[in-house]
Amino acid sequence: MDKLLKLLDTNARMSNAELAVVLGSTEEAVAARIAELERSGVIRSYKAVIDWDRTDRQYVTALIELRVTPKRDRGFEEIAEQIMRFDEVESVYLMSGGYDLAVTVSGRTFKDVAMFVAKRLSTLESVLSTATHFVLRRYKDDGVLFLGEEKDERSPFNR
Amino acid sequence: MSYEIRLNKMLEKLKPSGIRRFFDIASEMEDVISLSIGEPDFSTPWHIREEGIHSLEGGKTWYTPNAGLMKLRESIAGYVRRHNGIAYDPKGEILVTVGGSEAIDLGLRALVNPGDEVLIPEPSFVCYRPLVEMAGGVPVSIVTKAADAFRLTPQALREAATPRTRLLILPYPNNPTGGVMRREHLGAIAEVVKESGLFVLSDEIYGALTYGDHPHVSIASLPGMQERTMLIDGFSKAFAMTGWRLGYACGPAKLMKQVIKLHQYALMCAPTTAQYAAIEAMDNGDEDVENMRAEYDIRRRFIVDRLNRMGLTCFEPEGAFYVFPSVAVTGLSSEEFCQKLLVEKHVAVVPGTAFGDCGEGYVRISYCYSLKHITEAMNRLEEFLKEHAAR
Repeated sequence: MDKLLKLLDTNARMSNAELAVVLGSTEEAVAARIAELERSGVIRSYKAVIDWDRTDRQYVTALIELRVTPKRDRGFEEIAEQIMRFDEVESVYLMSGGYDLAVTVSGRTFKDVAMFVAKRLSTLESVLSTATHFVLRRYKDDGVLFLGEEKDERSPFNR
Repeated sequence: MSYEIRLNKMLEKLKPSGIRRFFDIASEMEDVISLSIGEPDFSTPWHIREEGIHSLEGGKTWYTPNAGLMKLRESIAGYVRRHNGIAYDPKGEILVTVGGSEAIDLGLRALVNPGDEVLIPEPSFVCYRPLVEMAGGVPVSIVTKAADAFRLTPQALREAATPRTRLLILPYPNNPTGGVMRREHLGAIAEVVKESGLFVLSDEIYGALTYGDHPHVSIASLPGMQERTMLIDGFSKAFAMTGWRLGYACGPAKLMKQVIKLHQYALMCAPTTAQYAAIEAMDNGDEDVENMRAEYDIRRRFIVDRLNRMGLTCFEPEGAFYVFPSVAVTGLSSEEFCQKLLVEKHVAVVPGTAFGDCGEGYVRISYCYSLKHITEAMNRLEEFLKEHAAR
């Protein structure tokens, strides 16, 4: 894998100067490469991984399994595009297996999310069925542990 | 009636490890951020662990042959051939040991007679000197310098060798300096070794962890050197397998026959579960090592840059996972520096003097930590330096 992308994937806040040092490159070369990756759409965005449970924000998420009828010409694209435009929707994946689309929906309360699914998703023309699974606790997200701290179990005084 | 227990006098006189002494202080404190640990922060790659588990599920809980599982010795032979270009016979020239440390101990006991001088380039790992003494030998330090990138030079070797010198310990890539011996440097050493009739105990436990354009070279691969070298390596550092306690030694059959005898009486065999896991490491672990090495390299570049910019002159290490900056600019001794840094900023590093008297003026910093952890430690270190700027 591209070392630069791997570093940014772990910590997007590393400065170009720091990236240049650890990659044995120059700041200018790093800046140019990042610009190129942004332009070509490889890097989509930069954001923080937040544990909302530690804040006072009311925040619930649910994974929605959607079975849908694909369109003759555009397959799943059309319905996926319709769904991804809702602000409540955090992610939309096309899945293999028992259902077609996996949709992550967030809201302030369980009821908000349930109502969104009932009123907005179930009613879409090509949606055959929905199954809503609420997230009760996030242990790990985006490769980051949410449960406690990573502990160093190594004995401090060896080799 | 009181009973006075009688102990081995030589053993009683040995100094406890300087690393250990220092960390008795650190263990009393809370929120210490440590850059002192000399083992990988990665856990053993899963497919290797799985082979250990699989062997347990299969009930493989017996002793193995004294020298180690034949399959493992064959895999080690393959690995050493692939990476070092040296051919060893799994029957008679390879011994699986309990960590590289056991191999060092056995090698010294098999090669040293009372009064034999053993040359030890320093700074270097803490075990050589005491183990030489316990083997009845006389340890003789050879000081290596930052100006020489902490390499052993042929001049220094020639000056240190006497008619009583039997053995040279060659600890490269080096703990604590990160220094390496490239092919050309080894070539010059090999000449002196041959003309002085020495044998080499080459501790290459960090051999898989070198950075830059110069892959590790074993002195045993040089012409005429295989017959006068005991090559020691292991699984701990390269494969992140410290807790499995597994290493190996390769050498001429005449030596290994004696070493295996000693191992048989003292240890019987290395842990069986670890040996099964190690076969997987040797056969299918190259990619894991490469990934971990790439990660260490990133941290190495980061830490060297930070240290140099904050004014702790730091020679660029080419191997292992340590940096060894000079703290001379603070006017503090190594021990004072470490003690104050620990007390004032709760950052733990190891005084250079733990690795020989010539480590005075240096500290060892490990980068077996995440970049995030290293960054925090470097920030604290930088504050410390500002507060202790030499008046």
